[in-house]
Amino acid sequence: MKKLNRRSFLKGGLASGATIAAVGTSKQALAGTHNFGGYPDSMGVLVDLTKCVGCRTCEAACNREQGLPTPDKPFDDPSVFEEKREGGLPRRTSEKAYTVVQKYDVEGREHPLFRKVQCNHCNEPACLTSCFVNAYKKTPEGAVIYDKTVCVGCRTCMIACPFYIPAYSYSSAINPVVKKCIMCYDTRLKFGRPPACVEACPQEVMTFGKRKDLLKLAHQRISEKPDKYVDQVYGETEVGGTAWMYMSDVPFDKIGYDNHLGNQPIINYVKEFLAMVPMVLTIWPALFTGFHLLSNRKDALKNDDNKS
Amino acid sequence: MGGRKKTLLGMAALMLLTAPLAAQSWAADGPSTVELGSLANQYSAVTFDHAMHTGVAPSCAECHHHTTGLAPIDPNCARCHEAGAKAKSVACKDCHSDKPFSAESLKKIQENSKLYHKDRLGLKGAYHRRCLGCHTDMGGPTGCQDCHTRNDKGDAFFNSGKYAPAPSVSGGHGEGH
Repeated sequence: MKKLNRRSFLKGGLASGATIAAVGTSKQALAGTHNFGGYPDSMGVLVDLTKCVGCRTCEAACNREQGLPTPDKPFDDPSVFEEKREGGLPRRTSEKAYTVVQKYDVEGREHPLFRKVQCNHCNEPACLTSCFVNAYKKTPEGAVIYDKTVCVGCRTCMIACPFYIPAYSYSSAINPVVKKCIMCYDTRLKFGRPPACVEACPQEVMTFGKRKDLLKLAHQRISEKPDKYVDQVYGETEVGGTAWMYMSDVPFDKIGYDNHLGNQPIINYVKEFLAMVPMVLTIWPALFTGFHLLSNRKDALKNDDNKS
Repeated sequence: MGGRKKTLLGMAALMLLTAPLAAQSWAADGPSTVELGSLANQYSAVTFDHAMHTGVAPSCAECHHHTTGLAPIDPNCARCHEAGAKAKSVACKDCHSDKPFSAESLKKIQENSKLYHKDRLGLKGAYHRRCLGCHTDMGGPTGCQDCHTRNDKGDAFFNSGKYAPAPSVSGGHGEGH
């Protein structure tokens, strides 16, 4: 057999590496362009922020529907809007409140803008992507639900979520789990009924319907009042699209929304790397063992000669 | 018949004949009060002073769109409804559903492919948006309890009044509300 010198080794290694890379990435690249986009008939909610008056009836309805603990303040107390977290951040979802309303004073706007915050029920959720025990599920109805008996309380989903939604039952010492809005799946959505907050809202800020219909509705509303609405439906394409979408008369980055999330679902950032892992872990040991044996072949043959 | 009797008879006939007109003038201004109670749950029913509002509203179209036969106020609406189509009923609840997001309601919208007003509000939204819009601009009542007092069930729902939680001593860290 021909001696394996350094030159031929490098040539062979480069060639095989290039082939693997070429074959590997071309497949992944194709896969990456096909986002899931949600089930075709899944439901969604369109939130018109120009109509919210900050009455917090939605919070009360959620508390009632999901059997949440008594809140720290009554639901008709507007002083909650002034509560700030570390760094001056407004209130967020918690184990006692799966949805919260935030208040933003916008310059030039006669009344403050109120923004309802809850899980956006993404088409390809980051929480689901990150959960290594598969506790999350994207239902055909559109809701992203979770099995709290499966959750191990690692909080990886809290880091993964681009909207910082999943809350955690810090109060539980024995079995803390993640807590978030489930779009009233168990009690309402499964039976074709709208979530409690949607039904409770006196101003009908939220419109419930099929996501694809809501998108058409949102764009119709914008085209009828182009001077009023910002020409963006937040959630239409953000992180691959979300079931809960928003319309506003104030640019979204001024009222707490992250406009730099991009249109790729979070899974697309890890899909290619993760797809390579099984192949690498099987091929590399075999490949490098082969190289090792080949490179030691000369000495092995010499030892055989010496022995015989 | 005597002359006087004839006159009296004539007058009675005239009154009978014009009675519908008198009724019409009542209908032109609508009822003096309307009891809005179909959605009463956490709040009491609203006793709506219709007579007072007909006095302050420049026209019926302010609240009843084009259903009373007048052209709508909003020029965007008038581009189609300038002729002011009269509706069978002008009551809010007869066009605005009390269950706008039920499967039945959604199906109705979906089935009617030519429907333009897919965005029609439900009854609760219609009441609040119509009333609060004007009230905010004209200085009318805008507080929840200004129009309908909250009942005991409502107090429990909002954890308010006698159901209000005791003020927390610790002050909290921002989570848990």
